Amino acid sequence: MTKAISKALLRGVAAVALATASTAAYAQSCDWTPDRAVTYIVPWGAGGGTDANSRMLATMLEQKWGVPFNVVNRTGGNGVTGHSAISNAAPDGYTVGAVTVEINTMHWVGLTDMTHENISPIALIDIVPASVLVGNDSPFQSLEELMDHARENPGDLTGSGTSLGGIWHLALAGMLNAEGLDPEAIRWIPSQGAAPAMQELIAGGVDIATPALSEGRSLVDAGELRALAYMHDSPMDALPDVPLTAEVLDSGWTLAAYITISGPEGMPDDIACAYEQAVMEITESAEWAEFKASRGADVVFMGREALAEYMVTQDAALGETIQAIGLAD
Amino acid sequence: MDILATLAIVLTPKILGTIFVCTLYGAFVGAMPGLTATMAVALLVPFTWFMDPVQAAAAIVATTTTAIFAGDISGAILKIPGTPASAAYVEDSYRLSQSGKPRTTLFTALFASVCGGVIGVAILAYATPALANLSRSFSSDEAFWLATLGLSCAVLVGGPSVPRNFASLFIGLAIATIGIDVAVGHPRFTFGNIELYDGVSFIPAMIGMFALSELLRNAAVGHQTPLVKLTVEPLLQAITAAGRSFLQHWKNILRSASGGTVIGALPGAGADVAAWIAYAVSRRFSKSPEAFGRGHIEGIVDGGAANNAAVAGAWTPALVFGIPGDSVTAIAIGVLMMKGLTPGPDIFNTDAVLVYTIFGSFLIANIMMLVTGGLAVALATQVLRVPRAVLMPLILLLAMIGGFAITGSTLAIWIILALGLLASVMIWSQIPLAPAILGIVLGRIVEDNFMVSMMKARGDLTEFFARDTAAVLGALTLMIWAVLIYRALRSFFQTQTPSK
Repeated sequence: MTKAISKALLRGVAAVALATASTAAYAQSCDWTPDRAVTYIVPWGAGGGTDANSRMLATMLEQKWGVPFNVVNRTGGNGVTGHSAISNAAPDGYTVGAVTVEINTMHWVGLTDMTHENISPIALIDIVPASVLVGNDSPFQSLEELMDHARENPGDLTGSGTSLGGIWHLALAGMLNAEGLDPEAIRWIPSQGAAPAMQELIAGGVDIATPALSEGRSLVDAGELRALAYMHDSPMDALPDVPLTAEVLDSGWTLAAYITISGPEGMPDDIACAYEQAVMEITESAEWAEFKASRGADVVFMGREALAEYMVTQDAALGETIQAIGLAD
Repeated sequence: MDILATLAIVLTPKILGTIFVCTLYGAFVGAMPGLTATMAVALLVPFTWFMDPVQAAAAIVATTTTAIFAGDISGAILKIPGTPASAAYVEDSYRLSQSGKPRTTLFTALFASVCGGVIGVAILAYATPALANLSRSFSSDEAFWLATLGLSCAVLVGGPSVPRNFASLFIGLAIATIGIDVAVGHPRFTFGNIELYDGVSFIPAMIGMFALSELLRNAAVGHQTPLVKLTVEPLLQAITAAGRSFLQHWKNILRSASGGTVIGALPGAGADVAAWIAYAVSRRFSKSPEAFGRGHIEGIVDGGAANNAAVAGAWTPALVFGIPGDSVTAIAIGVLMMKGLTPGPDIFNTDAVLVYTIFGSFLIANIMMLVTGGLAVALATQVLRVPRAVLMPLILLLAMIGGFAITGSTLAIWIILALGLLASVMIWSQIPLAPAILGIVLGRIVEDNFMVSMMKARGDLTEFFARDTAAVLGALTLMIWAVLIYRALRSFFQTQTPSK
C-alpha cells in the first residue's frame, strides 16, 4: 500500500522534474551533458583516417565531459554495418558515430536503403580530397598527359584505390566522365582499401591510384609515388606544389570525402546542440590543430545546419556520378 | 647508429617501465580466448597520446610481441588458439599439455618465440632495405601465389589422410566465400543479413571450431573419461626441460625465424602464413614427421619462432613505405604520424633515432617477455588444476563474450554455435580442423588477389607467371601440388589393391 503510494508519488515528482528539465532544455538548449559512458561507433577499421580522427575527438570529448567515450570499430559491408548501427541506436546521446561520405553513396549502389535522412548530423570534422597518383617511373608527368593517353587508348590503363563503387572509384570514374571520356577508359581494379592499392602501384601492378590525398602523402614526400593532381578547389598546405583538378581540368571536377560526428536518427535538439558546441570548441583548440597538422590536413568545421545542407548537395552530386558511370542499382 | 647508442636511449627507466607494463598487458590480452593482438593495440592508442614518440612505439611493439606469443597459452591449455598464428600447431601443444607437460610445452614455445623475435629484429635492423626491395616487387600476382603456397601447406601438414585434409581445407574455403565479394562488391550467402557482409570473422570461428567441438566431444563420451585433474609439472623442472628441447632445436629456430621475418615483411602475408609454412617445412625436414599433429614439440618450436619473427618483419613495409603489413602496423603508423613522424624511405635519415629505438624496443620487449611471458605461463597453467568439466563451459562462456566483444553483435555467438556443430561432425568423420581454419583466414586473400590479377590481365592466366617473383613462387606452388596429387593417387591405389 505505502509502496504503491510512494511509487505514484515518485512518478509524479519525476514527471514534474522532467517537465522542468525539458522547459529548461528549451530555454537554454545546449546544456545537456552525458552522465555515463558514451559509445562512439566507427564504421571503418582501426588505423585508418576515420578511425584516427574519431579516436582523437573521442578522447577530447572524454576530457571535456569526464565520462568515457568508447570507440567501437563496427566494420564490414563497405560501411553499411557501422552506419546502420549508428542510425538504429537510441537517440539519447549515448551513441554517436563517425558517419562518412559513404552515407551518400551506399544507397545509390543498392547496398542499403539508409540515407543521410536516417542520421542526425552534428558536425563535419574532416574533408579528404582524392588524389591522382602514379609511380615514380611512370611516363606521365601531368594529369593532361594521363587523360590524353586514356582518351586515345581506352581500357589500356588501370587504376585502383578502393572497392568497386567505393568513393575513390567514383573519384576516378567521375573525373573521366566529367571530361567526356568513357568512365571505364581507365579500368578500375578493386582493392581492400588504399594501402593495398598503393602497394600495387609501387609494384607496377596498376598504373594510377586515386586514394585520399592524406593517405598517399607520405609516399609522395618520399619520392616513391608522384602526385599529378588532387581533386579540390582550394590549395591545401600539405602539398603546395601539386596542381588542383579545379584549375587543370576544363570540367573543374573535384571530389572530396568527408568525416562527421553524427547521432542516430531523431536525436533531440538539445543533445545535438550540446555535441555541436563541444565539437566546435574542440576543433578550435590548439591540441586539435596540432593533431590535424601532424596528418597534413587542414582544420575544418561545419555545424549541424551547414552539414545537413552539405550532405544534401553531396548526395545529389554523387548520385549523378554513380548513375553516369552505370553503377546505380 | 650502433647498437650501444640505441640501447642507451631504450634503457631509460621510463621506456623500460613502459615495455614491462605493456608486455604484461599484451600477455593478458593475448591469452584471453577471443581477444586479439589488434584489439590490444587499438585499446592502447589513447594512452599513446600522452607519450613521446619513442615511448609510444615501444608500447606498441611490446604489446604485439607478447600478445602473439600469449596466443599459444590458450591454445595449449584450452585448445583455443589466441590468434590464427597459433592455430598451425595447436593440436600438438594441446596434446602435449594434456599429457601432463603444459609448462614444458609453453616454456619451450616461449623460448622459441623470444629467440624468433630477437632474430627477427636482428634481420630487420640489418636487412630492412633489402626486405623493402623484395616487398616493393609484390603485386597481386605474387600475393596470390604466396597465399596459395600457405594453403598448400595446410594440406601438407593437416593429418595423415590427404583427401581428408583437402576436405577440411575446402570446408574452410567455402566458409570464406560468405560476405561481400571484393571484385564486384556483391554479397554472397549472406541471406540479407548485413552483419554477414564482412564474412565470418575468424575469432568466433576458432572459438566454435576448437572450443565448442571439444566440449561437445567430451559430453558425447560421457562419464567414461574420469574427470581427473591434470598434472602440472613443477616450474623449475619445466623450465629445464624446455631449455633442453630449445637447445636441441636451435637449427629449426634459426631456419624458421629467418623465414618468418621474410614472410612477415611481404605484403598480404603475415604471422599466420609464416607459422603455417614454418610448420610444414619443419615436418618435411623432420626425422619424425609422423609425430607431427600428435603432440610433437618440433612443430611448436618452428611455428612459435616464425610467427614472432614475422611480427618484426611486418614493420618493414610499414616503416619504409608507410604501407601497413597488417592491422597492428596500420594502427602504429597512425600513432607515429600523430607524433609528426612520416614513415617512408627517408625515415632512416630523418628519424634514424626513432627507427633504431623501435628495433631496440623490440629487442628489449622480447627479452622482457621471458619474464612476463613466463609469469603468464606459470599462472595460466594453474587453470589446468580445475576439472575440465567445470573449466570448459566457463571458458566457453567467456570466449563467447569475447567473440561478441570483437564483432559487437550477437552474430558472433551464432557463428560459434554453428561452426562448433560443424567441427563436431568433422571430428566424428576424422577430418582435421586446422586446415579449415587456414581456409577461412586465407580464402579471402587468395580470392581477392586472384580476381584482381585476372581483372588486370583481362582473363589471361599466363600473366600469373609474367613477373619474375611471381613465376618463381608459382612454379614452387605447382611443384608442391604435383607432389600432393602424386601422394594422393599412390595412397588411393594402395588402398584399392588389397581389397581386390
